[in-house]
Amino acid sequence: MQVLFKTRYEDDIRFLPKTGEKIRVGLVVAFLLAAPLLLQDYYLGELGLLLVYAIAGIGLMILTGHTGQVSFGHAAFLGIGAYCHAILMSHGVPFSLSVVLTTALSGLIGMALGRSASKMHGFYLAIATLAFLMLVETLLGEWESMTGGYGGLAVPGLKVFGISLASAWQQYYLDLFFTFVVVLGAANLFRTPTGRSFLAVRDSELSARCLGVNVEWAKIQAFGISAAITGLAGVLLAHHLAYLAPDVFSVLESLKLMLMIVVGGLGSIPGAIFGAILVSLLPVALSFLKDVLPPALGQQAGLEPLLFGLIIVIFIVFEPQGIYGRWMKLRFFFETFPYYRKSSFVRQKSYLKTERMR
Amino acid sequence: MLPLNDVVHLAVTGLAQGCAYGLIALGFVLIYKATEVVNFAHGEFMMLGAFTVLAYSEAFGGSFWPAFVLGCLTIGVVGYLIDAQIMRRIIGQSSASIFILTVAFGFIFRSLAGIIWGWNTLSLDTPFDGQVALGGEFAIATDRLAIIVATILLCVLLYLFFSRTRYGIAMQAASQNQLAAYYMGIPVKRLVSITWAIGAIIAAAAGALLAPVTQIDTTIGLLGIKALAGAIVGGFGSIPGALLGCLLIGIIEPFADYLLPEIKGVSPYIVMLLVLFLRPEGLMKQTFKKKV
Repeated sequence: MQVLFKTRYEDDIRFLPKTGEKIRVGLVVAFLLAAPLLLQDYYLGELGLLLVYAIAGIGLMILTGHTGQVSFGHAAFLGIGAYCHAILMSHGVPFSLSVVLTTALSGLIGMALGRSASKMHGFYLAIATLAFLMLVETLLGEWESMTGGYGGLAVPGLKVFGISLASAWQQYYLDLFFTFVVVLGAANLFRTPTGRSFLAVRDSELSARCLGVNVEWAKIQAFGISAAITGLAGVLLAHHLAYLAPDVFSVLESLKLMLMIVVGGLGSIPGAIFGAILVSLLPVALSFLKDVLPPALGQQAGLEPLLFGLIIVIFIVFEPQGIYGRWMKLRFFFETFPYYRKSSFVRQKSYLKTERMR
Repeated sequence: MLPLNDVVHLAVTGLAQGCAYGLIALGFVLIYKATEVVNFAHGEFMMLGAFTVLAYSEAFGGSFWPAFVLGCLTIGVVGYLIDAQIMRRIIGQSSASIFILTVAFGFIFRSLAGIIWGWNTLSLDTPFDGQVALGGEFAIATDRLAIIVATILLCVLLYLFFSRTRYGIAMQAASQNQLAAYYMGIPVKRLVSITWAIGAIIAAAAGALLAPVTQIDTTIGLLGIKALAGAIVGGFGSIPGALLGCLLIGIIEPFADYLLPEIKGVSPYIVMLLVLFLRPEGLMKQTFKKKV
């Protein structure tokens, strides 16, 4: 086991304290940078989409994983981002300005929702965000003059600073750029007082309040940041979809985002990325299942939500810390071999954490 | 302005709809009071209930009542098993995981129902046909009247159950303080599972009674979300509050749909968001802030 001696404050807040982590992350970054040389256009597009979902996942992770506020409505921010960007672009606003405006708008709407949600807790919040999603979906469908209604809306071609980015590798690098920005930003966030107040709110609102954290404001901030990042993901998603329809941003899409962060591991940024990888692989697994299962079962329309639901249930019941938690355990097992014990990672349970007395 | 006839018609429709929401919300609130878990899949229990009653009814050659009773009991068993086998394992996990889990159940149930019974709209034959005259020129459809009567009946039954029977009082005790109830020798785990079963039975009954009004397909579980909205409007922790909220939502909905057809179906959520914005605890407050 590698022993870390912390002699300076910088050692304590370093992103990747261990050599092994540096090598692994370096390899991943190198692969991502070199991907256009290695992959065909189709797979490159899929990889770009994976990055977009990773961004959206990090957005939701900051809210649900790190601040402990459940939102079933994040597909709404994805939709707001995508539609707002497409509308701005088609009115001739340049890409760079449109991205900034869209992200800001999404963040502001998020803060407004967070303002109304900051006094709520637990499931009031979950249901309020769900209702918000349904309202946004209806709005996107009914506001035909603006959004094209249920008929859909075409997204203008990708053009950054006057340069048209039509080929797959150019779009991929754009996605990659924003992924780096968001991952670094999110990792940095949790070294700042703001980010740490989020963690405090998640672990116990009462003790956070006692330590002088403004709980309401922390929740509003978390909502704003989370919505802004998800809106940014929506912008990139719009260019991948090329044609927007309101039913893309439905409850199922929210469930997909939820699945990503639960399966990846709540409360960890790598978890959101693991989750995005899994969600991107699911369609492959589904088409495989459709071949393997008897046709009467394999051709059913409800297979996708069924699979999503089952994976979530299995993970929450058997591995609540997700893939990232499993990976930590595995690593710990090898690093401390042969001292790993079953009880090394036993969670401390708190029974009946009542919400009636807060 | 609307003619009086339309007003009465819409109000009666809304009243029946509100009662149906109230029936579903009863299950939500019961489970919430017992375990502080909000079962987002409760609407799906209702949907499964409707489908199960339909399946039994077809198996029995169209007789409604035996199918109704058997179907409700089947869903009750499903509810009991869900709690005993799955929900009990994850006690102590963060409430976020538990919400996500119940939402995932909702999706699983919907897919399973679709795979078993198909995705088309089916209809159930019930003995509630025709209309009952209300005096004057007003009349109410029997199927809607049945919902209203069933809601009143179930509320009275539940009230008697919780105030008079040994089990009901034990459940109240467990809901107020689980640990103390446990020390008093109350089998808290079993009672919680039974509460789930009762909630599921009520939801299934609501599903079967609503079947003539809404027809049966896999999306009627979404009514559960509206019922949840109603329960939140009234205040989640109290049964009368939740029922009142559901009646309010149910009566507002047909008027809103009639006057503003663009926002058809989403008025309950607007009302709920408004109430949450103005009074985050619902109209009847149930939580209390601890003074530090």
